[in-house]
Amino acid sequence: MYSQGLIGANTETQETPEFLAAFQARIDAEEKIEPNDPMPAAYRKTLIRMISQHAHSEIVGMLPEGNWITRAPTLRRKVALLAKVQDEGGHGLYLYSAAETLGVSREQLTQELLTGKAKYSSIFNYPTPTWADIGAIGWLVDGAAIMNQVPLCRCSYGPYARAMIRVCKEESFHQRQGYELMTSLAEGTEEQKAMAQDALNRWWWPSLMMFGPSDSDSQHSDQSMAWKIKRFTNDELRQKFVDATVPQAELIGLSMPDEKLTWNESKNNGQGGYDFGEIDWDEFWQVVKGHGMMNKDRINAKRKAWDDGAWVRQAALAHAEKQNQRKAAA
Amino acid sequence: MSDEKMIPLWEVFIRPRNGLNHKHVGSLHAADGELALQAARDVYTRREEGNSIWVVRAEDILASDPDKSAENFDPAADKIYRHPSFYDIPDEVGHM
Repeated sequence: MYSQGLIGANTETQETPEFLAAFQARIDAEEKIEPNDPMPAAYRKTLIRMISQHAHSEIVGMLPEGNWITRAPTLRRKVALLAKVQDEGGHGLYLYSAAETLGVSREQLTQELLTGKAKYSSIFNYPTPTWADIGAIGWLVDGAAIMNQVPLCRCSYGPYARAMIRVCKEESFHQRQGYELMTSLAEGTEEQKAMAQDALNRWWWPSLMMFGPSDSDSQHSDQSMAWKIKRFTNDELRQKFVDATVPQAELIGLSMPDEKLTWNESKNNGQGGYDFGEIDWDEFWQVVKGHGMMNKDRINAKRKAWDDGAWVRQAALAHAEKQNQRKAAA
Repeated sequence: MSDEKMIPLWEVFIRPRNGLNHKHVGSLHAADGELALQAARDVYTRREEGNSIWVVRAEDILASDPDKSAENFDPAADKIYRHPSFYDIPDEVGHM
């Protein structure tokens, strides 16, 4: 069935050239691959890595915004932020559930996050010192996430594609509430506008980094494209995001912190697009390797939540066991 | 953490509205059925996705073997006489 079919099942495959060619033919015919179907070990491994990193990102992503729930300036903003953070938790759960269909256990995934072994999106290792950061995250971080996630709705692996369809349906509200928040600040007092611009200055480059290394440096891209796990390269998606977002900033009187940003008519096969400055990849790799501003805080917060919740998990299991024993005795 | 007991896995089915079937939407972990239903409500129905939830222990579901899908399902492919369009009737009879 969905998750369970694989547990204890022998997922080893004889990866003869015929097997791999037959698998590729299914992919090329746009057939979806489902949990119990035979698949190359590397396909399985790539998906576990991608889906679990994605799930961890959703879960860790609750922290920077959760930081502002109690201090949201109005009830309207507070209900929106609460609903958004709850959605992120839900997205993490859909994705863990999709990863589990590949034969990896939830316990193992949680363990990898808590020990710092698992990677998650570098963006969540930046701090949220002002209220405008909540607007910038919704607009830019969720905006970039949507760019990445919409093509994943057509991913060749069925459970991942289905989870992404749910996620994308919900994500649109996240981006709109963020942009609305930024618009309000940009139309506000000088101080409020300055706060919005400052948040944009701090989040713009990290948002561009969310698409991952340049195509020339990305170690996973080619095979993932051939397997139709990914449909666009990192650089293609980054360009789409820049082209979509720059006019949104202009519309509300904010500007991107990039002197090299210029319109280039010849880009995108003559449709035009923006040239933009060089991304600081040293900063990206520093954050990925655990040396960002908030890496330690994020993992510590997750560990604390796990430890503080231990008695709840134990009590729930003990209660379930007692009920089962009573039922058996009756 | 490693000495903790595993929290069981449940498959979740939602009926979008009366008149439709319950449909599989995903899975979750919960200690017992009551908690699974509560968690399913929080995880899978935040936007009016349904009015009824079923949860089933994942280990209680039996699945057909994909390696046997040819012998299970291909025999139906050449039985066109099971479909109404296989039978010729006079045009004059109209819709039947």
